[in-house]
Amino acid sequence: MNRLLPAIVNRLVIIIPYAWLLVFFLIPFVIVLRISLSEAAVAMPPYLPVFAWADGLSGFIDNVRQFSFDNYVWLTEDALYTNAYISSLTIALISTALTLLIAYPIAYGMARAPATLRPTLLMLVILPFWTSFLIRVYAWIAILKPEGLLNQLLLSTGIISQPLIILNTNTAIYIGIVYSYLPFMVLPLYSALEKMDHSLTEAAQDLGCTPISAFWRITFPLSLPGVVAGCLLVFIPAVGEFVIPDLLGGSETLMIGKTLWNEFNANRDWPVSSAVAAILLMILVVPIMFFQNAQSRLDREGR
Amino acid sequence: MKSLGSIRRSFSPWTDPSSKPFISFRNVTKRFGDFVAVDDLSLDIYTREFHALLGASGCGKSTLLRMLAGFEQPTSGEIILDGQNLAGIPPYRRPVNMMFQSYALFPHMTVEANIAFGLKQDGMPKPAIAERVTQMLKLVKMEQFAKRKPHQLSGGQRQRVALARSLAKQPKVLLLDEPLGALDKKLREETQFELMDLQQDLGLTFVVVTHDQEEAMTMADRIAVMAHGKVVQVATPAEIYEAPNSRFVADFIGDVNIFDGTVSRAQASEIRIEADAGFAIEAASSAHPGEGAKAGFAIRPEKIRVGRQMPTGNAVNAAEGELWDIAYLGDMTVYHVKLNSGKVVKASSLNAVRAVEDPLGYDQKVWISFDRDAGVVLKD
Ligand SMILES: Nc1ncnc2c1ncn2[C@@H]1O[C@H](COP(=O)(O)OP(=O)(O)OP(=O)(O)O)[C@@H](O)[C@H]1O
Ligand SMILES: [Mg+2]
Repeated sequence: MNRLLPAIVNRLVIIIPYAWLLVFFLIPFVIVLRISLSEAAVAMPPYLPVFAWADGLSGFIDNVRQFSFDNYVWLTEDALYTNAYISSLTIALISTALTLLIAYPIAYGMARAPATLRPTLLMLVILPFWTSFLIRVYAWIAILKPEGLLNQLLLSTGIISQPLIILNTNTAIYIGIVYSYLPFMVLPLYSALEKMDHSLTEAAQDLGCTPISAFWRITFPLSLPGVVAGCLLVFIPAVGEFVIPDLLGGSETLMIGKTLWNEFNANRDWPVSSAVAAILLMILVVPIMFFQNAQSRLDREGR
Repeated sequence: MKSLGSIRRSFSPWTDPSSKPFISFRNVTKRFGDFVAVDDLSLDIYTREFHALLGASGCGKSTLLRMLAGFEQPTSGEIILDGQNLAGIPPYRRPVNMMFQSYALFPHMTVEANIAFGLKQDGMPKPAIAERVTQMLKLVKMEQFAKRKPHQLSGGQRQRVALARSLAKQPKVLLLDEPLGALDKKLREETQFELMDLQQDLGLTFVVVTHDQEEAMTMADRIAVMAHGKVVQVATPAEIYEAPNSRFVADFIGDVNIFDGTVSRAQASEIRIEADAGFAIEAASSAHPGEGAKAGFAIRPEKIRVGRQMPTGNAVNAAEGELWDIAYLGDMTVYHVKLNSGKVVKASSLNAVRAVEDPLGYDQKVWISFDRDAGVVLKD
């Protein structure tokens, strides 16, 4: 008994994350997949076929026979969806690159700051999370709109004579995404840079590197695990981002999150929106696996 | 057989007034805020010298080395290397390489790439790099580990790679910050001799930081004993051991007995001290305090004899006591003798014969004695 208990506890500890994944990821995904193979219907729920316990096994098999890939075929035939996917990926990619560019110097500065100052700086990075995400995005509307704070400032200082049109453009989306996801990039970068031994860059300089080449040959390669983690944390949610393009972007901005929302709410076409979601997931799984692979390799090398 | 310390070349440019030092610290001070890490320090190091900086933790050894490498700037004073003032010259342009206390190997590069790093940075042609790397790997006997990453090596192997990397550019001066700190005793001793051979074969100037006095004594041509950011004494290992210039150095290096007392007679080459331990000391000494002054007499344990009888002749340089403690160490025996005055004296003798007849035993009355020139007189 005494020995059994720890063994069970040990098992449980391993099982919990898997159970979590099963309940909150795999089961919902199977449901989405199953709806995506159905057919839209004016009913409740709005798709066919519907499984019922009363049908028994033969009814179940009949129902499964009705599944089809029509929705997926439909998605490939309409350029709207392909364009939405491509534009989502492009916007996410550019935003991720911009976030990395801005976050790296911040994280570097934090990691090199005096140890006593670092907790405060870390706090400042996390501080925006204390107010609602939605309110912060709305605040950007007030800043970016033609008669907003930014234009007022630029006009009053005489830098521009005509208000800049930023709101409802892709630029506004980039600003929104970079702003919202910056902490997710800064934190992994900071943790990678902070644990790095400063004597490594000294050694590089001792061997003839200028501070800049020491950065590129030592610091940056060693921070790659942080770069990869940060990029994943920004890229993946950015691809499916809905709120930021909806509030800051223009009507012509196509993003997959918005498309999905339209199918689901406006058209009430659950099967097609499920298919959109399923494809999105598959598109994301490829880079995720690639990055995970790269990361575990880097981690192994880093020790 | 390898060349050992005893058969090294005779080398003493510091005694020759016409030879110019290769590295000169001139009144160098380094402050961190209010804290003075290096205090108005002057030190000369000569070409091809194996120079050790020895001192307790925190006395400023690493700081001194880092100023030479260019990672810290002196608050005042100047450092001259080969006739050139180093002020304002960044680390990557100094003809100096450093082996770091923590080795600082690049974790994402193989052993080979680590060693080639500095050469590539200098734009050396590829074949020449490959040749030099092979040569360095061979030098530190790491040929079969060329493709490994640092985390796949043992502590001793990493240390070798760090050494090879710092030697690869063949710097004029190699700085080594506690190079053997992470090694166990046996490997440490082996590596000490390897380092000495290497330094001699390549004809380089080595500045080694250590807080292990035995290591400094073994390897160095000269030792600078440091305390609180100052150099207390610079001399050869033998001079430091036999003629420490202060109580601090005498105490810091090896075991020592110090008899405090009052000078009762001071002549040109001899001094008589009435020791507080209750006997008179007559010692050969040229520099000494005047009559009536306080002075100390420092003597190493192996220079004190222990016997049952009172030494014949006069009653100086001898005192009676009882054997308090005996430690048999194999090659020698260490006696702790409690003098009648209560002072405990440490004496040691070599066990030259295998079994001594009638050895000294505990609680016996014994006499300690020593020669006139066996110790040194310390002022203060
Ligand atoms: N960057 C710094 N800022 C403030 N104080 C420092 C700094 N570097 C060193 N010191 C202080 O200067 C003193 C000398 O340091 P140093 O590293 O030279 O000691 P060390 O002799 O090498 O000691 P160890 O044998 O422990 O390596 C120490 O008291 C240390 O706390
Ligand atoms: Mg040190």
